[in-house]
Amino acid sequence: MNALLEVENLSVRHGQLVAVSELSLVVNAGQVVAVIGANGAGKSTLLETIAGLLHAAQGRVVLDGTDVTRLPAHRRLRAGIALVPEGRRLFPSLTVRENLQTGQYRKRPGPWDLPAVYELFPWLPERSGQRASALSGGEQQAVALARALLGNPRVLLLDELSLGLAPVVIANVYRTLPRIVAQGTAVLLVEQDVNLALRSADHVHCLLEGRIRLSGAPAALTRDQIEAAYFGVLREAS
Amino acid sequence: MIWANAVIQGVLVGGLYALFACGLSLMFGVMRIVNLAHGDFAVLAAFLAYSVISATGMSLLWAAVLTVPVFAVFGYFVQRGMLNRAMTGGALPPLLATFGLSVLIQNSLLQGYTADSRALSPGSIGTESIRINSQTSLSYLSLLVLGSAVVVLGGLEIYLRRGRTGRMLRAASDDPRATSLVGGNPRHLYGIATALAFGTLALAGLLFAARSSVAPSSGPSELLFGFEAVVIGGLGSLWGTLLGGIALGIAQNVAGQANPADTLLAGHLLFLLVLILRPEGMLPRRRPA
Repeated sequence: MNALLEVENLSVRHGQLVAVSELSLVVNAGQVVAVIGANGAGKSTLLETIAGLLHAAQGRVVLDGTDVTRLPAHRRLRAGIALVPEGRRLFPSLTVRENLQTGQYRKRPGPWDLPAVYELFPWLPERSGQRASALSGGEQQAVALARALLGNPRVLLLDELSLGLAPVVIANVYRTLPRIVAQGTAVLLVEQDVNLALRSADHVHCLLEGRIRLSGAPAALTRDQIEAAYFGVLREAS
Repeated sequence: MIWANAVIQGVLVGGLYALFACGLSLMFGVMRIVNLAHGDFAVLAAFLAYSVISATGMSLLWAAVLTVPVFAVFGYFVQRGMLNRAMTGGALPPLLATFGLSVLIQNSLLQGYTADSRALSPGSIGTESIRINSQTSLSYLSLLVLGSAVVVLGGLEIYLRRGRTGRMLRAASDDPRATSLVGGNPRHLYGIATALAFGTLALAGLLFAARSSVAPSSGPSELLFGFEAVVIGGLGSLWGTLLGGIALGIAQNVAGQANPADTLLAGHLLFLLVLILRPEGMLPRRRPA
Protein backbone atom coordinates (compact mmCIF):
# COMPACT_ATOMS: atom_id res chain seq x y z
CA MET A 1 0.00 0.00 0.00
CA ASN A 2 1.06 3.52 -0.73
CA ALA A 3 1.13 5.36 2.60
CA LEU A 4 0.64 9.06 1.85
CA LEU A 5 0.27 10.37 5.39
CA GLU A 6 1.89 8.71 8.36
CA VAL A 7 1.43 9.93 11.92
CA GLU A 8 3.96 8.29 14.20
CA ASN A 9 3.76 8.24 17.96
CA LEU A 10 2.30 11.75 18.08
CA SER A 11 1.68 13.57 21.37
CA VAL A 12 0.26 17.06 21.70
CA ARG A 13 -0.17 19.11 24.85
CA HIS A 14 -2.39 22.03 25.74
CA GLY A 15 -0.45 23.27 28.73
CA GLN A 16 -0.74 20.54 31.36
CA LEU A 17 -3.31 18.57 29.43
CA VAL A 18 -2.13 15.86 27.06
CA ALA A 19 -4.71 16.18 24.28
CA VAL A 20 -3.24 13.57 21.96
CA SER A 21 -1.08 10.79 23.34
CA GLU A 22 1.34 8.55 21.40
CA LEU A 23 -1.00 8.29 18.48
CA SER A 24 -0.07 6.57 15.23
CA LEU A 25 -2.12 6.19 12.07
CA VAL A 26 -1.66 5.84 8.32
CA VAL A 27 -3.72 7.20 5.43
CA ASN A 28 -3.17 5.77 1.97
CA ALA A 29 -3.71 7.54 -1.33
CA GLY A 30 -7.34 7.36 -2.41
CA GLN A 31 -8.48 6.26 1.04
CA VAL A 32 -10.93 7.86 3.46
CA VAL A 33 -9.93 7.41 7.08
CA ALA A 34 -12.24 8.62 9.83
CA VAL A 35 -11.41 9.45 13.43
CA ILE A 36 -14.44 9.32 15.70
CA GLY A 37 -14.74 10.13 19.35
CA ALA A 38 -16.64 12.18 21.89
CA ASN A 39 -16.15 15.87 22.54
CA GLY A 40 -12.69 16.53 23.91
CA ALA A 41 -11.25 13.22 22.72
CA GLY A 42 -8.51 15.14 20.88
CA LYS A 43 -9.85 14.86 17.33
CA SER A 44 -9.53 18.50 16.32
CA THR A 45 -6.20 18.78 18.08
CA LEU A 46 -4.96 15.83 16.02
CA LEU A 47 -5.97 17.46 12.73
CA GLU A 48 -4.64 20.89 13.69
CA THR A 49 -1.31 19.32 14.60
CA ILE A 50 -1.13 17.48 11.29
CA ALA A 51 -1.95 20.76 9.51
CA GLY A 52 0.77 22.58 11.45
CA LEU A 53 -1.37 24.95 13.50
CA LEU A 54 -0.30 23.25 16.73
CA HIS A 55 3.11 21.95 17.72
CA ALA A 56 3.72 18.31 18.46
CA ALA A 57 5.32 17.61 21.83
CA GLN A 58 6.58 14.32 20.49
CA GLY A 59 6.34 12.16 17.39
CA ARG A 60 6.40 12.77 13.65
CA VAL A 61 4.08 13.72 10.81
CA VAL A 62 5.32 12.23 7.53
CA LEU A 63 3.94 13.16 4.13
CA ASP A 64 4.84 10.71 1.37
CA GLY A 65 8.13 9.83 3.09
CA THR A 66 9.08 13.42 3.97
CA ASP A 67 9.08 14.50 7.59
CA VAL A 68 6.99 17.71 7.83
CA THR A 69 6.77 17.86 11.64
CA ARG A 70 8.81 21.06 11.84
CA LEU A 71 7.11 22.95 9.01
CA PRO A 72 4.66 25.77 9.84
CA ALA A 73 1.09 25.53 8.52
CA HIS A 74 1.61 27.59 5.36
CA ARG A 75 4.58 25.44 4.33
CA ARG A 76 2.63 22.22 4.96
CA LEU A 77 -0.13 23.46 2.68
CA ARG A 78 2.46 23.96 -0.05
CA ALA A 79 3.69 20.42 0.61
CA GLY A 80 0.14 19.16 0.10
CA ILE A 81 -1.69 19.01 3.45
CA ALA A 82 -4.90 21.05 3.51
CA LEU A 83 -7.25 21.42 6.47
CA VAL A 84 -10.91 22.38 6.30
CA PRO A 85 -11.10 23.73 9.84
CA GLU A 86 -13.88 23.36 12.34
CA GLY A 87 -16.27 26.30 11.99
CA ARG A 88 -15.30 26.79 8.30
CA ARG A 89 -13.12 29.84 8.94
CA LEU A 90 -14.00 31.61 5.70
CA PHE A 91 -12.82 35.20 5.27
CA PRO A 92 -16.06 37.07 6.09
CA SER A 93 -15.25 40.35 4.33
CA LEU A 94 -14.20 38.63 1.11
CA THR A 95 -16.65 37.51 -1.54
CA VAL A 96 -17.26 33.83 -2.23
CA ARG A 97 -15.13 34.03 -5.36
CA GLU A 98 -12.32 35.79 -3.48
CA ASN A 99 -12.46 33.14 -0.77
CA LEU A 100 -12.05 30.49 -3.45
CA GLN A 101 -9.20 32.45 -5.02
CA THR A 102 -7.31 32.49 -1.70
CA GLY A 103 -7.30 28.70 -2.03
CA GLN A 104 -5.29 29.11 -5.23
CA TYR A 105 -2.70 31.41 -3.64
CA ARG A 106 -0.14 28.62 -3.25
CA LYS A 107 -1.82 25.92 -5.27
CA ARG A 108 -0.10 22.79 -6.41
CA PRO A 109 -0.61 21.43 -9.91
CA GLY A 110 -3.65 19.17 -10.10
CA PRO A 111 -7.17 18.62 -11.32
CA TRP A 112 -8.98 21.14 -9.12
CA ASP A 113 -9.65 24.55 -10.61
CA LEU A 114 -12.65 26.92 -10.49
CA PRO A 115 -14.66 25.08 -13.20
CA ALA A 116 -14.05 21.77 -11.40
CA VAL A 117 -15.33 23.02 -8.04
CA TYR A 118 -18.24 24.75 -9.79
CA GLU A 119 -19.13 21.35 -11.21
CA LEU A 120 -18.93 19.84 -7.73
CA PHE A 121 -21.19 22.57 -6.28
CA PRO A 122 -23.30 23.85 -9.21
CA TRP A 123 -24.92 26.66 -7.15
CA LEU A 124 -21.52 28.29 -6.47
CA PRO A 125 -21.15 30.51 -9.59
CA GLU A 126 -24.34 32.46 -8.98
CA ARG A 127 -23.36 33.18 -5.37
CA SER A 128 -19.74 34.04 -6.19
CA GLY A 129 -20.20 37.82 -5.86
CA GLN A 130 -21.72 37.63 -2.39
CA ARG A 131 -19.83 38.08 0.82
CA ALA A 132 -18.95 34.76 2.44
CA SER A 133 -20.64 35.91 5.64
CA ALA A 134 -23.98 36.13 3.79
CA LEU A 135 -24.05 32.37 3.06
CA SER A 136 -25.84 29.73 5.10
CA GLY A 137 -23.82 27.31 7.20
CA GLY A 138 -24.01 24.53 4.63
CA GLU A 139 -23.02 26.85 1.81
CA GLN A 140 -20.10 28.14 3.85
CA GLN A 141 -19.01 24.55 4.48
CA ALA A 142 -19.07 23.85 0.76
CA VAL A 143 -17.01 26.98 0.06
CA ALA A 144 -14.50 25.97 2.75
CA LEU A 145 -14.20 22.52 1.17
CA ALA A 146 -13.86 24.01 -2.33
CA ARG A 147 -11.25 26.49 -1.07
CA ALA A 148 -9.16 23.61 0.28
CA LEU A 149 -9.59 21.56 -2.91
CA LEU A 150 -8.40 24.45 -5.11
CA GLY A 151 -4.93 24.07 -3.59
CA ASN A 152 -4.90 20.53 -5.00
CA PRO A 153 -3.91 18.90 -1.72
CA ARG A 154 -2.53 15.38 -1.54
CA VAL A 155 -4.01 14.93 1.91
CA LEU A 156 -7.30 16.60 2.83
CA LEU A 157 -8.12 16.96 6.52
CA LEU A 158 -11.80 17.54 7.30
CA ASP A 159 -12.72 18.73 10.77
CA GLU A 160 -16.36 18.13 11.73
CA LEU A 161 -17.93 18.90 8.37
CA SER A 162 -21.35 18.04 9.79
CA LEU A 163 -21.20 20.39 12.79
CA GLY A 164 -24.24 22.64 12.94
CA LEU A 165 -25.65 21.53 9.60
CA ALA A 166 -28.98 19.99 8.67
CA PRO A 167 -28.83 16.28 7.75
CA VAL A 168 -29.77 16.90 4.12
CA VAL A 169 -26.98 19.49 3.81
CA ILE A 170 -24.50 17.10 5.42
CA ALA A 171 -25.46 14.40 2.95
CA ASN A 172 -24.83 16.81 0.09
CA VAL A 173 -21.37 17.69 1.33
CA TYR A 174 -20.43 14.07 2.06
CA ARG A 175 -21.66 12.98 -1.36
CA THR A 176 -18.67 14.80 -2.85
CA LEU A 177 -16.12 12.66 -0.99
CA PRO A 178 -15.92 9.74 -3.48
CA ARG A 179 -15.18 12.18 -6.28
CA ILE A 180 -12.43 13.79 -4.26
CA VAL A 181 -10.63 10.56 -3.39
CA ALA A 182 -11.08 9.34 -6.98
CA GLN A 183 -8.44 11.94 -7.88
CA GLY A 184 -5.94 10.14 -5.64
CA THR A 185 -6.35 12.49 -2.69
CA ALA A 186 -6.19 10.94 0.77
CA VAL A 187 -8.88 12.09 3.20
CA LEU A 188 -8.58 12.07 6.97
CA LEU A 189 -11.81 13.20 8.58
CA VAL A 190 -12.92 13.77 12.09
CA GLU A 191 -16.56 13.26 12.96
CA GLN A 192 -18.75 13.28 16.02
CA ASP A 193 -21.52 11.63 14.04
CA VAL A 194 -20.49 7.97 14.20
CA ASN A 195 -22.95 6.65 11.62
CA LEU A 196 -21.84 9.25 9.11
CA ALA A 197 -18.20 8.32 9.66
CA LEU A 198 -18.90 4.60 9.37
CA ARG A 199 -20.79 5.13 6.12
CA SER A 200 -18.16 7.25 4.41
CA ALA A 201 -14.82 5.83 5.62
CA ASP A 202 -12.69 2.89 4.51
CA HIS A 203 -11.04 2.73 7.90
CA VAL A 204 -12.09 4.06 11.30
CA HIS A 205 -10.14 4.93 14.42
CA CYS A 206 -11.99 5.54 17.65
CA LEU A 207 -10.33 8.08 19.88
CA LEU A 208 -10.75 8.35 23.64
CA GLU A 209 -8.81 10.82 25.77
CA GLY A 210 -6.18 11.29 23.11
CA ARG A 211 -5.53 7.59 22.47
CA ILE A 212 -6.79 5.23 19.80
CA ARG A 213 -9.00 2.65 21.52
CA LEU A 214 -10.28 0.82 18.48
CA SER A 215 -9.37 0.59 14.80
CA GLY A 216 -10.67 -1.28 11.82
CA ALA A 217 -12.76 -1.32 8.68
CA PRO A 218 -16.35 -0.22 9.43
CA ALA A 219 -17.73 -3.62 8.41
CA ALA A 220 -15.42 -5.41 10.83
CA LEU A 221 -16.50 -3.43 13.89
CA THR A 222 -19.56 -4.20 15.99
CA ARG A 223 -21.86 -1.61 17.57
CA ASP A 224 -20.86 -2.71 21.07
CA GLN A 225 -17.16 -2.43 20.31
CA ILE A 226 -17.60 1.09 18.99
CA GLU A 227 -19.85 2.13 21.85
CA ALA A 228 -17.35 0.85 24.39
CA ALA A 229 -14.46 2.63 22.70
CA TYR A 230 -16.46 5.83 22.20
CA PHE A 231 -17.63 6.23 25.77
CA GLY A 232 -14.78 4.39 27.47
CA VAL A 233 -17.07 2.05 29.39
CA LEU A 234 -16.90 -1.66 28.93
CA ARG A 235 -20.35 -3.11 29.35
CA GLU A 236 -20.06 -6.71 30.39
CA ALA A 237 -22.04 -9.00 28.12
CA SER A 238 -24.35 -10.51 30.69
CA MET B 1 -13.36 84.24 -4.54
CA ILE B 2 -11.07 84.32 -1.55
CA TRP B 3 -13.15 81.55 -0.03
CA ALA B 4 -13.13 79.49 -3.20
CA ASN B 5 -9.37 79.80 -3.21
CA ALA B 6 -9.25 78.61 0.42
CA VAL B 7 -11.30 75.57 -0.49
CA ILE B 8 -9.13 74.77 -3.52
CA GLN B 9 -5.91 75.09 -1.54
CA GLY B 10 -7.51 72.91 1.14
CA VAL B 11 -8.21 70.20 -1.42
CA LEU B 12 -4.61 70.37 -2.63
CA VAL B 13 -3.06 70.01 0.83
CA GLY B 14 -5.69 67.41 1.75
CA GLY B 15 -4.26 65.09 -0.87
CA LEU B 16 -0.97 65.15 0.99
CA TYR B 17 -2.66 64.37 4.30
CA ALA B 18 -4.35 61.42 2.64
CA LEU B 19 -1.12 60.16 1.08
CA PHE B 20 0.52 60.35 4.49
CA ALA B 21 -2.44 58.73 6.26
CA CYS B 22 -3.04 55.77 3.97
CA GLY B 23 -0.13 53.81 5.50
CA LEU B 24 -1.58 54.39 8.95
CA SER B 25 -4.91 53.09 7.69
CA LEU B 26 -3.27 50.07 6.04
CA MET B 27 -1.28 49.01 9.10
CA PHE B 28 -4.30 49.37 11.33
CA GLY B 29 -6.55 47.64 8.82
CA VAL B 30 -4.37 44.59 8.31
CA MET B 31 -2.60 44.16 11.65
CA ARG B 32 -4.55 46.37 14.10
CA ILE B 33 -1.26 48.13 14.80
CA VAL B 34 -1.37 51.83 15.58
CA ASN B 35 2.02 53.06 14.43
CA LEU B 36 2.86 55.96 16.75
CA ALA B 37 6.15 56.48 14.91
CA HIS B 38 4.42 56.97 11.54
CA GLY B 39 5.09 60.72 11.46
CA ASP B 40 8.65 60.32 12.72
CA PHE B 41 9.46 57.79 10.00
CA ALA B 42 8.15 60.29 7.43
CA VAL B 43 10.38 62.98 8.92
CA LEU B 44 13.29 60.53 8.95
CA ALA B 45 12.74 59.88 5.23
CA ALA B 46 12.77 63.61 4.54
CA PHE B 47 16.01 64.10 6.46
CA LEU B 48 17.70 61.19 4.76
CA ALA B 49 16.65 62.57 1.38
CA TYR B 50 18.00 65.95 2.50
CA SER B 51 21.39 64.38 3.24
CA VAL B 52 21.45 62.49 -0.05
CA ILE B 53 20.52 65.60 -2.00
CA SER B 54 23.12 67.70 -0.16
CA ALA B 55 25.83 65.12 -0.75
CA THR B 56 25.14 64.26 -4.38
CA GLY B 57 23.17 67.20 -5.73
CA MET B 58 20.52 64.88 -7.20
CA SER B 59 17.04 66.28 -7.84
CA LEU B 60 14.09 65.74 -5.50
CA LEU B 61 12.50 63.39 -8.01
CA TRP B 62 15.51 61.06 -8.02
CA ALA B 63 15.81 61.32 -4.26
CA ALA B 64 12.18 60.13 -4.04
CA VAL B 65 12.83 57.31 -6.51
CA LEU B 66 15.65 56.20 -4.22
CA THR B 67 14.06 56.83 -0.81
CA VAL B 68 10.65 55.23 -1.37
CA PRO B 69 11.85 51.69 -2.21
CA VAL B 70 14.56 51.85 0.46
CA PHE B 71 11.90 52.74 3.04
CA ALA B 72 9.58 50.01 1.78
CA VAL B 73 12.32 47.41 2.33
CA PHE B 74 13.12 49.01 5.68
CA GLY B 75 9.43 48.73 6.63
CA TYR B 76 9.37 45.05 5.74
CA PHE B 77 12.24 44.38 8.14
CA VAL B 78 10.81 46.60 10.90
CA GLN B 79 7.69 44.43 10.73
CA ARG B 80 9.43 41.07 10.54
CA GLY B 81 12.22 41.90 12.96
CA MET B 82 10.25 43.75 15.58
CA LEU B 83 6.52 44.34 15.21
CA ASN B 84 5.61 40.70 14.39
CA ARG B 85 7.32 39.72 17.61
CA ALA B 86 5.59 42.51 19.54
CA MET B 87 2.18 41.50 18.12
CA THR B 88 2.32 38.06 19.74
CA GLY B 89 1.98 39.80 23.11
CA GLY B 90 -1.36 41.48 22.33
CA ALA B 91 -2.33 45.02 21.36
CA LEU B 92 -0.18 46.95 23.84
CA PRO B 93 3.38 45.80 22.95
CA PRO B 94 3.27 47.09 19.33
CA LEU B 95 1.97 50.42 20.61
CA LEU B 96 4.84 50.65 23.09
CA ALA B 97 7.34 49.51 20.45
CA THR B 98 6.30 52.19 17.97
CA PHE B 99 6.23 54.78 20.76
CA GLY B 100 9.80 53.81 21.56
CA LEU B 101 10.77 54.11 17.90
CA SER B 102 9.18 57.56 17.82
CA VAL B 103 11.30 58.76 20.74
CA LEU B 104 14.40 57.13 19.28
CA ILE B 105 13.98 58.70 15.84
CA GLN B 106 13.22 62.19 17.16
CA ASN B 107 16.26 62.21 19.42
CA SER B 108 18.59 60.70 16.83
CA LEU B 109 17.52 63.35 14.31
CA LEU B 110 17.99 66.05 16.93
CA GLN B 111 21.47 64.72 17.59
CA GLY B 112 22.40 64.39 13.92
CA TYR B 113 20.72 67.41 12.36
CA THR B 114 20.09 69.87 15.27
CA ALA B 115 16.58 71.19 15.94
CA ASP B 116 16.48 73.35 12.78
CA SER B 117 13.77 72.98 10.18
CA ARG B 118 14.88 71.82 6.76
CA ALA B 119 13.15 72.08 3.44
CA LEU B 120 13.72 70.11 0.27
CA SER B 121 13.88 72.23 -2.85
CA PRO B 122 11.51 70.90 -5.48
CA GLY B 123 13.33 72.82 -8.23
CA SER B 124 11.55 75.05 -10.70
CA ILE B 125 8.08 73.49 -10.16
CA GLY B 126 8.21 74.86 -6.62
CA THR B 127 7.65 78.40 -7.87
CA GLU B 128 5.65 77.96 -11.08
CA SER B 129 1.89 77.90 -11.04
CA ILE B 130 -1.24 78.03 -13.13
CA ARG B 131 -2.97 81.36 -12.62
CA ILE B 132 -6.76 81.01 -12.56
CA ASN B 133 -7.59 84.60 -11.56
CA SER B 134 -6.24 87.36 -9.36
CA GLN B 135 -6.91 85.43 -6.16
CA THR B 136 -6.43 81.83 -7.18
CA SER B 137 -3.41 80.17 -8.62
CA LEU B 138 -2.56 76.49 -8.50
CA SER B 139 1.09 75.77 -7.92
CA TYR B 140 2.53 72.92 -9.97
CA LEU B 141 3.92 71.38 -6.83
CA SER B 142 0.50 71.27 -5.11
CA LEU B 143 -1.06 69.74 -8.19
CA LEU B 144 1.75 67.20 -8.37
CA VAL B 145 1.19 66.33 -4.69
CA LEU B 146 -2.56 65.86 -5.13
CA GLY B 147 -1.99 63.92 -8.35
CA SER B 148 0.47 61.55 -6.74
CA ALA B 149 -1.88 61.08 -3.78
CA VAL B 150 -4.73 60.08 -6.09
CA VAL B 151 -2.47 57.78 -8.12
CA VAL B 152 -0.96 56.10 -5.05
CA LEU B 153 -4.27 55.67 -3.23
CA GLY B 154 -5.97 54.44 -6.41
CA GLY B 155 -3.11 52.05 -7.09
CA LEU B 156 -3.25 50.70 -3.54
CA GLU B 157 -7.01 50.26 -3.79
CA ILE B 158 -6.67 48.29 -7.03
CA TYR B 159 -3.84 46.24 -5.54
CA LEU B 160 -5.95 45.34 -2.50
CA ARG B 161 -9.12 44.66 -4.51
CA ARG B 162 -7.71 42.84 -7.51
CA GLY B 163 -4.18 41.71 -6.71
CA ARG B 164 -3.40 38.20 -5.58
CA THR B 165 -1.28 39.38 -2.67
CA GLY B 166 -3.66 42.27 -1.97
CA ARG B 167 -6.47 39.76 -1.56
CA MET B 168 -4.31 37.80 0.88
CA LEU B 169 -3.69 41.00 2.88
CA ARG B 170 -7.46 41.40 3.27
CA ALA B 171 -7.72 37.72 4.17
CA ALA B 172 -5.00 38.10 6.80
CA SER B 173 -6.90 41.06 8.21
CA ASP B 174 -9.98 38.83 8.59
CA ASP B 175 -8.31 35.70 9.97
CA PRO B 176 -4.52 35.16 10.08
CA ARG B 177 -4.78 31.50 11.11
CA ALA B 178 -7.08 30.67 8.21
CA THR B 179 -4.67 32.56 5.94
CA SER B 180 -1.90 30.15 6.87
CA LEU B 181 -4.26 27.27 6.03
CA VAL B 182 -4.41 28.47 2.42
CA GLY B 183 -0.62 28.78 2.25
CA GLY B 184 -0.14 32.43 3.17
CA ASN B 185 2.55 33.24 5.71
CA PRO B 186 0.94 35.91 7.94
CA ARG B 187 4.35 37.25 9.01
CA HIS B 188 5.36 37.78 5.39
CA LEU B 189 2.00 39.35 4.51
CA TYR B 190 2.27 41.70 7.50
CA GLY B 191 5.74 42.62 6.24
CA ILE B 192 4.28 43.52 2.86
CA ALA B 193 1.57 45.68 4.46
CA THR B 194 4.19 47.57 6.46
CA ALA B 195 6.42 47.88 3.39
CA LEU B 196 3.53 49.55 1.54
CA ALA B 197 2.90 51.81 4.52
CA PHE B 198 6.57 52.82 4.74
CA GLY B 199 6.86 53.46 1.00
CA THR B 200 3.89 55.81 1.08
CA LEU B 201 4.94 57.56 4.28
CA ALA B 202 8.41 58.18 2.84
CA LEU B 203 6.88 59.78 -0.26
CA ALA B 204 4.58 61.87 1.95
CA GLY B 205 7.52 62.90 4.15
CA LEU B 206 9.48 64.15 1.14
CA LEU B 207 6.48 66.05 -0.18
CA PHE B 208 5.81 67.62 3.25
CA ALA B 209 9.40 68.85 3.24
CA ALA B 210 9.09 70.12 -0.33
CA ARG B 211 5.84 72.02 0.33
CA SER B 212 6.98 73.61 3.55
CA SER B 213 9.62 72.25 5.88
CA VAL B 214 10.20 69.57 8.51
CA ALA B 215 12.01 69.57 11.85
CA PRO B 216 13.05 66.56 13.95
CA SER B 217 10.10 67.26 16.23
CA SER B 218 7.39 67.56 13.55
CA GLY B 219 6.54 63.84 13.43
CA PRO B 220 3.88 63.77 16.17
CA SER B 221 1.92 66.72 14.73
CA GLU B 222 1.97 65.10 11.28
CA LEU B 223 0.78 61.88 12.93
CA LEU B 224 -2.15 63.80 14.40
CA PHE B 225 -3.16 65.04 10.92
CA GLY B 226 -2.86 61.48 9.66
CA PHE B 227 -5.09 60.12 12.43
CA GLU B 228 -7.62 62.85 11.79
CA ALA B 229 -7.72 62.12 8.05
CA VAL B 230 -8.19 58.40 8.71
CA VAL B 231 -10.92 58.86 11.32
CA ILE B 232 -12.80 61.56 9.39
CA GLY B 233 -12.73 59.41 6.26
CA GLY B 234 -13.62 56.13 7.94
CA LEU B 235 -11.26 53.40 9.15
CA GLY B 236 -10.10 50.85 6.62
CA SER B 237 -11.27 52.63 3.47
CA LEU B 238 -8.62 54.23 1.25
CA TRP B 239 -11.01 56.45 -0.71
CA GLY B 240 -12.45 57.46 2.66
CA THR B 241 -8.95 58.43 3.75
CA LEU B 242 -8.59 60.63 0.65
CA LEU B 243 -11.92 62.25 1.41
CA GLY B 244 -10.94 62.67 5.07
CA GLY B 245 -7.63 64.28 4.16
CA ILE B 246 -9.37 66.69 1.80
CA ALA B 247 -12.05 67.54 4.39
CA LEU B 248 -9.31 68.23 6.93
CA GLY B 249 -7.39 70.39 4.42
CA ILE B 250 -10.49 72.40 3.53
CA ALA B 251 -11.43 72.94 7.19
CA GLN B 252 -7.93 74.16 8.00
CA ASN B 253 -7.64 76.47 4.99
CA VAL B 254 -11.07 77.99 5.24
CA ALA B 255 -10.65 78.69 8.96
CA GLY B 256 -7.15 79.99 8.26
CA GLN B 257 -8.60 82.41 5.74
CA ALA B 258 -10.88 83.84 8.41
CA ASN B 259 -8.27 83.90 11.14
CA PRO B 260 -4.82 82.33 10.64
CA ALA B 261 -4.61 81.43 14.32
CA ASP B 262 -7.60 79.08 13.95
CA THR B 263 -6.09 76.92 11.19
CA LEU B 264 -5.19 73.89 13.29
CA LEU B 265 -8.06 74.32 15.70
CA ALA B 266 -10.60 74.05 12.86
CA GLY B 267 -9.11 70.70 11.78
CA HIS B 268 -9.30 69.34 15.32
CA LEU B 269 -12.89 70.60 15.70
CA LEU B 270 -13.94 68.86 12.48
CA PHE B 271 -12.31 65.68 13.80
CA LEU B 272 -14.24 65.93 17.07
CA LEU B 273 -17.49 66.68 15.24
CA VAL B 274 -17.08 63.59 13.08
CA LEU B 275 -16.31 61.49 16.17
CA ILE B 276 -19.47 62.75 17.84
CA LEU B 277 -21.89 62.77 14.90
CA ARG B 278 -20.60 60.04 12.62
CA PRO B 279 -17.99 57.95 14.44
CA GLU B 280 -17.79 55.43 11.57
CA GLY B 281 -16.43 58.22 9.32
CA MET B 282 -17.55 59.58 5.96
CA LEU B 283 -16.89 56.45 3.90
CA PRO B 284 -16.63 53.51 6.29
CA ARG B 285 -15.51 50.11 5.04
CA ARG B 286 -18.51 47.90 4.44
CA ARG B 287 -18.70 45.61 7.40
CA PRO B 288 -19.41 41.94 6.91
CA ALA B 289 -22.99 41.22 7.98
